[in-house]
Amino acid sequence: MTGHLKSWPFVLALSIISAPIVLMYSYLFIDTITNSPPGSFIPHEFTLEHWRFLWETRPGKPSIWRVTLNSFLFASSSCLVVLVVSSTAGYVLSRLNVPGRAFFLAGVMVLHAFPAVTLIVAIFLVLQMVGLYNSLIGVILVKAAIDMPLGIWIMKGFYDTVPWEIEMAGIADGASRFTVWRKLVLPQVKPGLFALGLFAFLLGWSEFILPQVLAPGGDVQVLSVYLAGLIADDNNFDMAMFKSVGLFYIAPVLILFLFFQKYLMNIYGGGTKG
Amino acid sequence: MRILLDHFSKSFGSVRVIDDMTLEIKDGEMLALLGPSGCGKSTTLFAICGIHKVTSGRILFGDRDVTNVSSQERNVGVVFQSYALYPHMTVRENIAFPLRIRSLPEAEIKRLVNEMAGLVHIGSLLDRRPAELSGGQQQRVALARALVRRPNVLLLDEPLANLDAKLRLEMRSEIRRIQLETGITAILVTHDQVEAMSMCDRIAIMNNGQIIQIATPQEMYRNPRTAFVAGFLGNPPIAFIDAVARDGMLAVENADIRLPIPREADRVPEGTPVVVGIRPENLGTEGDAAIRGRVSFIETQGRENLYDITLANGKVLRSIQRVRDDVSLHDEVEWRVRSDQLFLFAQNGERL
Ligand SMILES: Nc1ncnc2c1ncn2[C@@H]1O[C@H](COP(=O)(O)OP(=O)(O)OP(=O)(O)O)[C@@H](O)[C@H]1O
Ligand SMILES: [Mg+2]
Repeated sequence: MTGHLKSWPFVLALSIISAPIVLMYSYLFIDTITNSPPGSFIPHEFTLEHWRFLWETRPGKPSIWRVTLNSFLFASSSCLVVLVVSSTAGYVLSRLNVPGRAFFLAGVMVLHAFPAVTLIVAIFLVLQMVGLYNSLIGVILVKAAIDMPLGIWIMKGFYDTVPWEIEMAGIADGASRFTVWRKLVLPQVKPGLFALGLFAFLLGWSEFILPQVLAPGGDVQVLSVYLAGLIADDNNFDMAMFKSVGLFYIAPVLILFLFFQKYLMNIYGGGTKG
Repeated sequence: MRILLDHFSKSFGSVRVIDDMTLEIKDGEMLALLGPSGCGKSTTLFAICGIHKVTSGRILFGDRDVTNVSSQERNVGVVFQSYALYPHMTVRENIAFPLRIRSLPEAEIKRLVNEMAGLVHIGSLLDRRPAELSGGQQQRVALARALVRRPNVLLLDEPLANLDAKLRLEMRSEIRRIQLETGITAILVTHDQVEAMSMCDRIAIMNNGQIIQIATPQEMYRNPRTAFVAGFLGNPPIAFIDAVARDGMLAVENADIRLPIPREADRVPEGTPVVVGIRPENLGTEGDAAIRGRVSFIETQGRENLYDITLANGKVLRSIQRVRDDVSLHDEVEWRVRSDQLFLFAQNGERL
């Protein structure tokens, strides 16, 4: 990439600058499987006791597996809702001549500008009233609703790049409007759907404040809430276990990135030429 | 199938794009909709295939009124300027798509696709994707996809505009061959008069949302109804000069040129200002009237030369002749024109 420029000075400089971060990450991992004598950074014994939360549930805490399952349900459901709504609403806003389209587009943008926190009291009251407080469904719907505006905008942008002649050709070929969308248009915005799905999932996975406030109960807890519970627990605070749970929490995200890294780089590369 | 547009009008909001057009396309004929950009050719096409709703008037396929029939049920084959192939499907899937929609049996689809691929000569490309095809090949695929379901009418919206000059020549005759072989009724939209003349049985020439003249290419070239039509057909184009009827002759202002009035023209009253059209191939060595001027430009075309002649009043006429060695730039020449090959138009463009 740098061509005739020598690259080793840059590599060296970057290494030095990023060394503290690398060190921190390393210790995040090392601390979870070792014990160090007090006051020292050098571990003196290997242990798995910090990972014991995996096989023993502590009194007053939900099982980690239950919490992980909740996290998965929460992230994937809100991701699914966002995908379904954005892929259809984006299409409508991009193509169909619905009344109040401009108003709706602007409105969607304004909605996105609201930080979720500012709405949380109102949402709390609403959920309590309709009986969805402390339920996964309730918090999934709220999360999806908050991520939706961005999703709709992203998908509208992708739909805008699909040539309308393709749809007209499909209609003339005898396909219904729905078939045209499903068979001809949707395949061409697949990269957009994919990116949006991934982002929506990650947003759900890392969401903290909504589940914390709206679904704190043991049965519906998600990983972020569980993790926060560990710090809040003053009685038997275990730094190493906190790190272990943290590592456990981000592992799926890392795996996801490893898997899709190549695809993510290509999202805007594989356009609809031809 | 015969197509009839019956007093068809189309407005977008308050803008009237097509005004009371009546047009009949005969069964099995290929008709060109020819006109300058923005005259409403595509609009007419889209009304026929049902993408645009008509504002008033009727559209008939055969005897069936399809004015309010949805696009899906009109069974119209459309080839777009951009081809509009489905990029995520192979050529085979592209051509099969309209058949799949109609839920034909798989074996039948296969047979029809192969037959159509043979007709348009793309048999070896069936497993490629559109992005892996050249422009001409994409064009053939688009034709195959439009034709495979035996449409009532084939609509072509500037099908050659995206091709380079050589391919355009090739696809011109290919499209005509395919149209003749299938015997399908076709409408070709174009703003290129050469395409219209070489490919079609008849030409409907349009301007500002109205049809000015419908005729065979020959008839239209020989007998243009207005100055607009005369100016649109022919390459190099016809040249116009202003003149006045005087003493039974046409006097060209400030140029000392007097032309006889063509016999088939209506009587032109004394003193009427007229516009005379002279085609480049009619100005040369033969004829009963003389035109004097100075050769101001020579364009070599190989077999022939195109000469620009500037008259005394500054107007420019064009003459196309076999290459002459006796004429060079800036020569004063006196060339001849046959009076029965002059076109006479009133000031408003109507033929006299
Ligand atoms: N959807 C629309 N809304 C408003 N005006 C339109 C619309 N579509 C076309 N027009 C107008 O109608 C007129 C005719 O358009 P049309 O596309 O039929 O022209 P055309 O003859 O096909 O031109 P070209 O050769 O450039 O394709 C134009 O003046 C255009 O601006
Ligand atoms: Mg057009």
